[in-house]
Amino acid sequence: MIPVIVILLYLAIIAFIGSIAFRRGKTNTEDFFLANRSVGEMVFFLSIFATNMTAFAILGSSGQAYRQGIGIYGLMASSSGLIIPLTIFFIGTRLWAIGKRFGHQTQVGFFRDRWECNAIGTIIFTLSAAMLVPYMIISIMGGGTVLAQISHSGTAGSPLIPYPLGCAIVAIVVTLGVFLGGMRGTVWVNILQTTMFLCFGAIAVTVIGHNLQAERGQTISQLISSLAHDSKTGFLATRERMPQQAFWSYTLIPLSSIMFPHMAIMCFSARKVTAFKRTVVLYPVAILLIWLPSVFLGVLGAAALGKVADPDGVLLLLLDKFAPAWLAGVLGAGIISAVMGSDAHQVLALSTMFTKDIYQHYGGREKYGERGAVHFARGFIIIVTLAAFFVALQLKDKQGIFEIAVRYAFSGFAAMAPVMIAALFWKRSTKWGALAATLFTAACLIYFAVLQNTHKAGDIIWQLGQGKDAIKILFLNPRGDVSFWNGFMTVVPMVFGSALWMILVSLATRPPGRATIDKYFPARPSGFAHEGHAIAEGPKAA
Amino acid sequence: MKSVRVLLLTLLVAAVYILHQDFWNWKKAEPLIFGFLPIGLAYHAGYSILAAVTMAILVKFAWPVHLESTEPAEGATTTSEH
Repeated sequence: MIPVIVILLYLAIIAFIGSIAFRRGKTNTEDFFLANRSVGEMVFFLSIFATNMTAFAILGSSGQAYRQGIGIYGLMASSSGLIIPLTIFFIGTRLWAIGKRFGHQTQVGFFRDRWECNAIGTIIFTLSAAMLVPYMIISIMGGGTVLAQISHSGTAGSPLIPYPLGCAIVAIVVTLGVFLGGMRGTVWVNILQTTMFLCFGAIAVTVIGHNLQAERGQTISQLISSLAHDSKTGFLATRERMPQQAFWSYTLIPLSSIMFPHMAIMCFSARKVTAFKRTVVLYPVAILLIWLPSVFLGVLGAAALGKVADPDGVLLLLLDKFAPAWLAGVLGAGIISAVMGSDAHQVLALSTMFTKDIYQHYGGREKYGERGAVHFARGFIIIVTLAAFFVALQLKDKQGIFEIAVRYAFSGFAAMAPVMIAALFWKRSTKWGALAATLFTAACLIYFAVLQNTHKAGDIIWQLGQGKDAIKILFLNPRGDVSFWNGFMTVVPMVFGSALWMILVSLATRPPGRATIDKYFPARPSGFAHEGHAIAEGPKAA
Repeated sequence: MKSVRVLLLTLLVAAVYILHQDFWNWKKAEPLIFGFLPIGLAYHAGYSILAAVTMAILVKFAWPVHLESTEPAEGATTTSEH
């Protein structure tokens, strides 16, 4: 009961912050969607980090570490700690400048203008929205899981907050916060949320470790050492069951981060480009603070608890067994923070995209003005959250949090990164190149999803040669995931294929007009810091 | 001078990227760093710190200063003006 009260108190605070932001807001889209491009340095860092952390960062990572071992940290966290800051450094800063200079509020708005084509924007919008929705559903599922498990007293009986009610509570609080406060309310809430979940890990390891020793008479060191020396569990302390090809493939997944609409839109919201400096340096450390304890606790859970029914709930089980009730509540609120921080941004991003890229683009602005657009956005927020809530209920027992995210969103967005890179850095890139890369990505997603559902683990779809020397080109690995070239993940052909289509088709088609090229690639001396150039962005827009 | 700096920074980022694939720790659990962190996990925790240092170096030596003076273009259609 106590953890539930603590969490409900926390949710009430979140809703209250949203209502304060509502009173501060103005009725234009730049204010509602981007907080008037006024987000300061530290808030920007806390907010962009919250944007990118989902339930998976805590619950999914500990669950996967319970199943696969310590390799999960290198697989997903440390590679993200390098690649995501790199993309924010090179792509995020440029997006910020383009948004500030030309008023763009979404990636799609930029693509349309950059390639002088409405249709390409609409196609990219459709694909992005289709890939973002599953990601949003994961957040609500994560919230429902946390609330159900935290409110479960003992091992028998029903939870005080059943899964459907937990999903509903998270959906309602997120909707209220975003509906009332827009981007301003969301980033204010993120300050509290990120602080909470960054503190979560260290506190959880310390408390659980201390109480484990008190109850079991074994230290963390002894438990991990026994696990490592046991022939059945030893693999959890190594990566011996993790293919090196898959491990490398995962370094491409973080390319997806900046392509997620909510991340790109966050980049537009900073007051100054210097806000990115602190963010890119602190980002890997923040990832360390949240992922290392979560992965470690997942492995510790395997050592301390043995077999559990739901590996994604192993962390919550540890909290339930080895943390005092009030602290379990605070830590549970930390987990909920991660869930809702990203969910709020996803809902807001979808609403921003629909309002700017579809409603206003196709005549809504002229008909109903800015105030009408904000009302439209608020209505959309309610509809999309309701839809996500119902899907979350349906999917609960069908697929794990991790699988949905990777299969339907991360790989697809990673494959769209070459499109963004070309738009920002390659003058010669064309709308036809972008279209080819986008359609290739969509086709791959559909094809791999069909393969996954029509074949079983171990099936070979295409191979070169026979017998021992055969090279498996396309097959399903023992876990049932579509794999490529003896074990690489599908993200590899998707990213490189998309880049290749972008390059080849662009070279074969006519580039945008001179005015557009000059607008986005004004002549300037080198911008490297030590040369001390601080010049304006070239000629004014045509 | 500038091209040397670009080359060195590119090599730095490439080297850090390659160091992620620590095949030499693949099948090792020990030593347990601080008595409880398997070596493969401790290595990647350290790698996260290395990533932060790498980003700090990029901010110091490759920051796009020209973006700092970006101002709205004349006639840019920011919605707040409507």
